Formats: sequence, structure tokens, C-alpha cells
Amino acid sequence: MSRMVVNATVNGEPVEFLAGGGQSLLDALRDELRLTGSKEGCGTGDCGACSVIVDGRLVCACLMLAPEAEGTRIETIEGLADNGHLHPLQHQFLEQAALQCGFCTPGLLMASKALLDRNADPTESEVRYWLAGNMCRCTGYDKVVRAVMDAAADLRQAEKPR
Amino acid sequence: MSGVDYLAPASVADAVSALRASAGSARLMAGGTDLLVQMRGGRAKPEVVIDLKRIPGLMGIRGEGGGFVIGAATSGAALGEHEALKAAWPGVIEAANLIGSTQVQGRASLGGNLCNASPAADGVPALIAAGAVCIIEGPAGAREVQVEKVQAGPGKTTLAADEILLAFRLPPRPARSSDAYLRLIPRTEMDIAVVGVGVSLTLDAGGVCNAARVSVGAVAPTCLLVEAAGVALVGTTLDDAALAKMEAAVSAACRPISDKRGTAEYRTKVACVLARRAALIAKDRANA
Repeated sequence: MSRMVVNATVNGEPVEFLAGGGQSLLDALRDELRLTGSKEGCGTGDCGACSVIVDGRLVCACLMLAPEAEGTRIETIEGLADNGHLHPLQHQFLEQAALQCGFCTPGLLMASKALLDRNADPTESEVRYWLAGNMCRCTGYDKVVRAVMDAAADLRQAEKPR
Repeated sequence: MSGVDYLAPASVADAVSALRASAGSARLMAGGTDLLVQMRGGRAKPEVVIDLKRIPGLMGIRGEGGGFVIGAATSGAALGEHEALKAAWPGVIEAANLIGSTQVQGRASLGGNLCNASPAADGVPALIAAGAVCIIEGPAGAREVQVEKVQAGPGKTTLAADEILLAFRLPPRPARSSDAYLRLIPRTEMDIAVVGVGVSLTLDAGGVCNAARVSVGAVAPTCLLVEAAGVALVGTTLDDAALAKMEAAVSAACRPISDKRGTAEYRTKVACVLARRAALIAKDRANA
């Protein structure tokens, strides 16, 4: 039952860590790399609190084995802000009070980023379906959806040539 | 889940020999969205996990002989992004894309869906209706088998312990062909089918159906091909009489259990309603 060396890129930085064969990517991120922003809610892929982006795909880090990360490019919540400058999604989540306890927020932010990375102008329905795998027991989702819609508008505005 | 060895063979031959060497203590993994949940809950206790995703051909979609070959471990998200596949087989793709959340779609595969062998697997009735064929590799070489022959009961398949499902072959599509998959769940997302129905059909130039296959899920220990239901549609324009005959065939094939998600009577009735709706959607798509 050997541990294996895994090399990956996390938030743009090359990392190397030791992973157990049955260890989840979430446990490796939190316990080996000390990136504790990704949360464990259910551990069974139902709640989305551990959402991260691996090679451009949104996944639950609890439903991926750490050794599978070999050679992949991983984005976590710790890489969302740019040198202390909040991402427009983070800014809008704060503006609209789209969080209360905050436990689901890293997962919701990463899931929302994955959406806006491929769809700059989603409809409200598209946002709601895309985020159906992210449970929030505080907000009732409405403020989250509004924050994502407004962040999308902010990003579109920022993209416009001046 | 400590004490598990992880292997990621780079070839089918290596995967087959790893599987043989494990003498039953290994589990094959595609997206892992069922297996890792089962391991965490203690229902699966493999000593070795063999990840199939590094094997060429297990991931991705390619055209072949006028049809498509879908790697068994290809994610639902990748399937949904393949425009040509979606245009030819909208029913297969809508079924695959109904499984789980966006996050689960990033990993879940049709191969895993079939081999997990849930009677309520969304992908399976659509594949059966499509006439999809499994490409399976074992120590004796490759073999091909219709999807409807693979499930043997809840959690059980007809694959030998040392065989691996590599890919699905979807046949070439005649003009005016399409398919549809519908399921009933008591909410709008993130749930397991109470009933699922796949229908695939071909119309002739006059709008008469000349080939049809109907498959039902969650109404028996395995997903079923209901041959008589397809036969009821052939030679018709899917008029009310033909649809009623198809519903009768579906009803006769259903052998559901009653559980917290639906009674046997309810499931049987819903299977008929969904079969009718799916057939009409497939017809509209074939005409489009």
C-alpha cells in the first residue's frame, strides 16, 4: 500500500505531494498541500462544497482520487483572487450578501467560475441548472444567482474594448 | 479508503493483466462517481483500484464506419460538447447528461453507468434503444455484445471477472432517424429515475416508421429492451392505435418493485406515458 509521488499544477504553481492510493483529491489538497478552502460537506459528490476545476472541468474533489491528479492542472478557491484583488464573482458575492455561514461558498465560486469560463452570458435558468450540484442551506440561492448574473455582466463589461 | 493501491495502466493489455493478477480484489474505475461513493460507504472494499482513463481509446469519441465509437470512460460533459454525436443521437446524449450535477458530469461515463448495473441507470435504456454494441476486451481477446445483454441484475453484469468494457459502438444512422430519452423524477434535477424510457426510430420518406426500438429502466432488475413495443410502431405513422399497442407492450414487459420512490402500479403506468411521449419526441426529431 505504497504512497505515490504526484506532480500537478495547482493555481499555476507546480506542486509535488505524496498521495495514498485511496486518498481523495480533496484530502490531498487539504492535508498535504494545506489548501483548506475546498470543504468537505458530504464526501459523496452531492453537495459541491469541494468543487475544483481540473483540466478545465468542474469536478468534486471528494470524487477523484489524489493519484489521478498526476499531470493535471488544478484550480482551487485559493487561486481565484489575483494577488489580493478579488475576482468579480467574489466581489459580487460580498456585494449581494450571497453567503451567510460561508461553508458552501468556495464550491459555489469555483462552480460559477467554471460556468462563466465557458458561457459569458448565461441565462438565469442556465445558472440555476449549472449550480444544482452546489447545496447552500443559508441563502435560498436567490442572492447567489443574482451575484453570478451580475458578475457575468461585470466580466463582459471588463472585456469590452475601450 | 486507506490501504488501497492505485494503478493507471497505459494499455488494455496491462489493465487486463492487472485485473487477472488481482484475483478479484481489484475494481475498475472510469469516472469513479459510483465506485468512490461505494468505497467510502464500505459497500466496495477493493485492495486495488485500476483507473482506465489513461488507456488510449477509453476517453473520447471517434467516427467509424459511418457511426460513432464512444470510449467507455468518456465524461458526460465531453459527450454533451460533441455536436455531431448530439445531432445523430440526441436521446443518448440527453440521457447521459441527466446523470448527476455539473460536477458529476465532469467525470461520470456511460461505461461506468452500464457496469454499475443500476436498474435505474439513465444512460442504459437510451443505449439499448440506440442498438449500441459494447466492445469488450479479455484475456481471450475482444468480443462485441449488445448493451441489453450486459446487465444481469442490480450491481451485476455478464462481464467475466477479467474482462474490461472498452467502448460503445453506435451504428450508422439512416436518414430520418432520431431518438429520445425521458425519465420521471419528483424534482427537477439531481435525482434517480423512478422510470426511464428510451426510444429510437427511423421514418421512411412518407413518414412511416420502418425501424424502432424501445427500452425501459427502473421497472425491472435490469434495463429492458421491449422488442414488442418497437414492433408496434413499425409500419405506422405513430398514430394513436400504434401508440396504444406500444404502451400495452411496455406495460406487459414491466416487472417493477414498489418502494419509497413509486409503487409497481405507478411505475408501470408512468413507463407507458413516458414511452408515448419519447416516441413522439423521437418522431418530431426524425422529421426535423
